Amino acid sequence: MNTQPQPETQKRQQWMYALSHARLAELEVFEPQLKAADWQLIRPPEIGMAMVRGRMGASGAPFNLGEMTVTRCVVRNHENRTGYSYIAGRSKKHAELAALADAHLQGERQADWLSDLIEPLNAQRRARVSRQAAEAAQTKVDFFTLVRGENDA
Amino acid sequence: MYVAVKGGEKAIRNAHRLLAHKRRGDPALPEISVAQIEAQMHLSVARVMDEGALYDTQLAALALKQAAGDQVEAIFLLRAYRTTLPRFCVSSPLETETMRVARRISAIYKDLPGGQRLGATFDYSHRLLDFSLLAAGELPEPLASTENPAEDPAPCPHVLNLLAEEGLVKTEAAAEAATEDDIPDITRQPLTFPSSRASRLQILARGDEGFLLAMAYSTQRGYGRNHPFAGEIRVGTVDVWLEAEEIDFPVPAGEIDLTECEMVNQFVGSKDIAPQFTRGYGLAFGSAERKAMAMALVDRALRAHEYTEEITSPAQQEEFVLAHCDNVEAAGFTSHLKLPHYVDFQSELGLIRKLRAEHAQKHAATEDASTHHQPLQVTP
Repeated sequence: MNTQPQPETQKRQQWMYALSHARLAELEVFEPQLKAADWQLIRPPEIGMAMVRGRMGASGAPFNLGEMTVTRCVVRNHENRTGYSYIAGRSKKHAELAALADAHLQGERQADWLSDLIEPLNAQRRARVSRQAAEAAQTKVDFFTLVRGENDA
Repeated sequence: MYVAVKGGEKAIRNAHRLLAHKRRGDPALPEISVAQIEAQMHLSVARVMDEGALYDTQLAALALKQAAGDQVEAIFLLRAYRTTLPRFCVSSPLETETMRVARRISAIYKDLPGGQRLGATFDYSHRLLDFSLLAAGELPEPLASTENPAEDPAPCPHVLNLLAEEGLVKTEAAAEAATEDDIPDITRQPLTFPSSRASRLQILARGDEGFLLAMAYSTQRGYGRNHPFAGEIRVGTVDVWLEAEEIDFPVPAGEIDLTECEMVNQFVGSKDIAPQFTRGYGLAFGSAERKAMAMALVDRALRAHEYTEEITSPAQQEEFVLAHCDNVEAAGFTSHLKLPHYVDFQSELGLIRKLRAEHAQKHAATEDASTHHQPLQVTP
């Protein structure tokens, strides 16, 4: 199952990644555009859980770590495309908007949605990640070992 | 045995009202919000998520507010809530190698690929009360964040892989080759002994921090000594990919904060195994360094049988550790002593009265006899 995914699948995973990692406030800005045309709920936003798995010793066999809350949603848009979402947390709004975006991104205007929606979300995420990385980088430490008897020389 | 009792409805209702007011405290003070707890008590929130076995920072903060700060009560609330939710799917195993690290330290290598980052830590703080927090203390300047806008920084390779490459420590993948389908889940199937490492890790991950810390400490003090080193501790954010049934590829669902600890332990080898380092593993939701370290130490101690070590100490005994580390179970069974045991106690009372009467009778008889044969009474 971990074979290299098809290019189409990879592309879809990339926009799903952007949609799931976006902050709700960032996504809500696009709500009017996402809901401009007729659409319907196939599976209304539903809150549940996913069992999170880790690996023994980080690289070994998987084990069940604990659960996390997840909200999922399925919609159909005006082009009859079906959009799915699974979003960490309990925001029904986030799941609904992400599913709508997933539907639009599979449609005729994919290039527009990529540039107008996914690119700005990615840019905001990159800024957030590099801000956190820069903060951590400033606590980077170079320990040096004291040599015994050094002061007697 | 305890029996059902009736009545007390009014008293219970009033006790609930009183509790609500007690929790609110002085109404002249502003009420604490769940968002404030979530943001400003994040270490407490992490503990509730870990032992509640559910990652949701807002719910953990809500549980803490509702429990008036009682962590074990908050953990119980979160555990109870999780039973009301359906489980949609499982995640792909987390790739902690790709963690965006906020903190990463090693006590075995000074210089390591990716470097050491202290992050936000208490490690270098003087344990002196900071009275400026009592007043409206001023925050230090935030770290300049735009100076060095590194694009997704290169992931840090795990320190233990450096040892594994030289064969000085067992590679985990070779050691355990379970298929995806038979990963035990202790929330679905009861634990059996001898236990698998996968179920032990799941139980330790939700185990009480205090209990695990004490167990871990006991191994350091000599009860199952295995000479540990903190190979690596990292805290940061990891992406979560879900294996949803109706979608035929892993679905990215967001990210979670994690703490990971890898311990390296001494092992002298045995008849069949050449001397090599062994390892213990700890993984926890949120920033939970003490928990992850304790988990790693106990994980290693519980692998005693794997290395044919003599099992002599509590931390090495799986039934003892695994059956007692869950604080919801432990608190529940201790609390049940508060339930009415009136009938039970009445029979105990009857029995003890009877025994006392018999004892008194016998005593009187011997006293009677002794006054005849021992005329001298010695008083101390």
